[in-house]
Amino acid sequence: MKRSGGILLFVLVLAIIGPWLSPHDYLSTNFDDMLRSPGLSGLHLFGTDDLGRDLFVRTMLGIRVTLLVAVVASLVSLVIGVTYGAVAGYVGGRVDAVMMRFVDTLYALPFIFFVILLMVAFERNFLLIFVAIGAINWLDMARIVRGQTLSLREREFVSAARLMGVSTARIIFRHITPNLLGIVVVYVTLTIPQAILVESFLSFLGLGVQEPQTSLGALVDAGVNQMEGASWMLLIPAAVLALILMSFNFLGDAMRDFFDVRQTP
Amino acid sequence: MLLRLLGAIPTLLLVIVLAFLMVHAAPGGPFDDERVLPTDVAANIQAAYHLDEPLPQQFTRYMAGLLRGDLGPSYRYRDYTVSELIGSGFPISLQLGALAMALALLVGISSGTVAALKQGSMLDRVVMSFAMTGISIPVFVVAPVLVLLLAVKLQWLPAGWSGESGFAKFVLPVITLALPQIAYIARLTRASMIDVLGCDFIRTARSQGLGSKAIIRVHALKPAMLPVLSYMGPAIAAILTGTVVVEEVFGIPGLGQFFVRGALNRDYTLVLGIVIFYAALIISLNLVVDILYGFIDPRVRQR
Repeated sequence: MKRSGGILLFVLVLAIIGPWLSPHDYLSTNFDDMLRSPGLSGLHLFGTDDLGRDLFVRTMLGIRVTLLVAVVASLVSLVIGVTYGAVAGYVGGRVDAVMMRFVDTLYALPFIFFVILLMVAFERNFLLIFVAIGAINWLDMARIVRGQTLSLREREFVSAARLMGVSTARIIFRHITPNLLGIVVVYVTLTIPQAILVESFLSFLGLGVQEPQTSLGALVDAGVNQMEGASWMLLIPAAVLALILMSFNFLGDAMRDFFDVRQTP
Repeated sequence: MLLRLLGAIPTLLLVIVLAFLMVHAAPGGPFDDERVLPTDVAANIQAAYHLDEPLPQQFTRYMAGLLRGDLGPSYRYRDYTVSELIGSGFPISLQLGALAMALALLVGISSGTVAALKQGSMLDRVVMSFAMTGISIPVFVVAPVLVLLLAVKLQWLPAGWSGESGFAKFVLPVITLALPQIAYIARLTRASMIDVLGCDFIRTARSQGLGSKAIIRVHALKPAMLPVLSYMGPAIAAILTGTVVVEEVFGIPGLGQFFVRGALNRDYTLVLGIVIFYAALIISLNLVVDILYGFIDPRVRQR
């Protein structure tokens, strides 16, 4: 848990201050310095790409974009999932049954294809990526929050609030949701790598973040095209992406064991 | 069971309506290019594809076509209908997916079982850390790295698809597709096998003098497979998504490649048709898994 947290913190700090430490920027091309292998010469730590752009700075930018998308998308899924789950769990009865049946229905859908459809139909913009990725990851969150809410609503403080005439909406948002915090935090840690996966999958296919902006998925895609002559263009972003994903997964697993959240199949 | 079957129809309908609306709500038409067409030419094109009709009428037309298995003409691949394109791409994707699924089940279940039997041993730890790595690293990272290593550097296997014959061209794509599923199934099998092996009926079997192999085969495997079976639905969806990546990396002319090309070229009818096709496939395969579950677990059937 400490190790994965430490790795993530290191990657985050590096991504934020890294580009300032380099004399290069992510945009400017240099046709005299294309496909340079990694090393100290010319201060291209990770080498350059096929347009002579510095790969270190681009990788750092990619980390920033990937993490930003993942965190914002996870927040979107948090808001939808917690609201949906808390309402279903607290109101209960037929409303709960219908709401959860709807979630079951959505589970069966190939969401990633819908996101791609969305990307095709509307121009690829950042905001849409956030919302689309967030909108596909809220199902698990809703289920877990509902389960917790079911037990919370029987507690004395909720009965007391109800007895004092507090409105349903206020009970849900002021009394129930704050008590869900622990579980939600654990679950967000597990949602972030899923969001990273979706974003980099889209960018890898050329449907996500567009040039000259970049993300780890887009960098891997660029690396695939150059891998025979310039393997570092593939290996470096691929390794960074794998490292981040593994750290998040280990961290989430460890936190889940720590808080002893029941594992859903 | 019948309820499940009836539940699948509105789900599919929901998918079709959502996908249709999404495509038709898009700003700009499919024929908007940099080159501006004369207005009468543009109007003729619109009329030829029935894009000038009101939306409900277009939807009825589309649904009527769908029932006949006609998904309309492709906007970009001239002279081809969407159904023809799906017909040419899907068999290849199906082969890849089925092989990957078989490999994932075989390797995943056996390594998970071994890990559960030798719980806490070195072998167990090796299998489990491999599984965690396999779950974490996405297909689109594994695929190119394996190509670089095994095809470009060592030249043991072909890197591409076209021009290759025989079984060799299947090896890398299928392994890449199967890896994350192997990892997931191994973890699931290990966890549920440990659970089952702790049950009373296993102790009883053991007290009757049954050997370990017989216990696993006759008593433990079937109940331990239930979580794996319920994971089949998500696994099928994941493998379908994976074929999109694998076909792109290895240059395989399957359905996934048509989908990505269609998406990049804004070929609305093709993308719409493939989404509906995938959705129908996933929903019906989920249904099959549900029914199988009832056959294997009598407790579910009775409800």
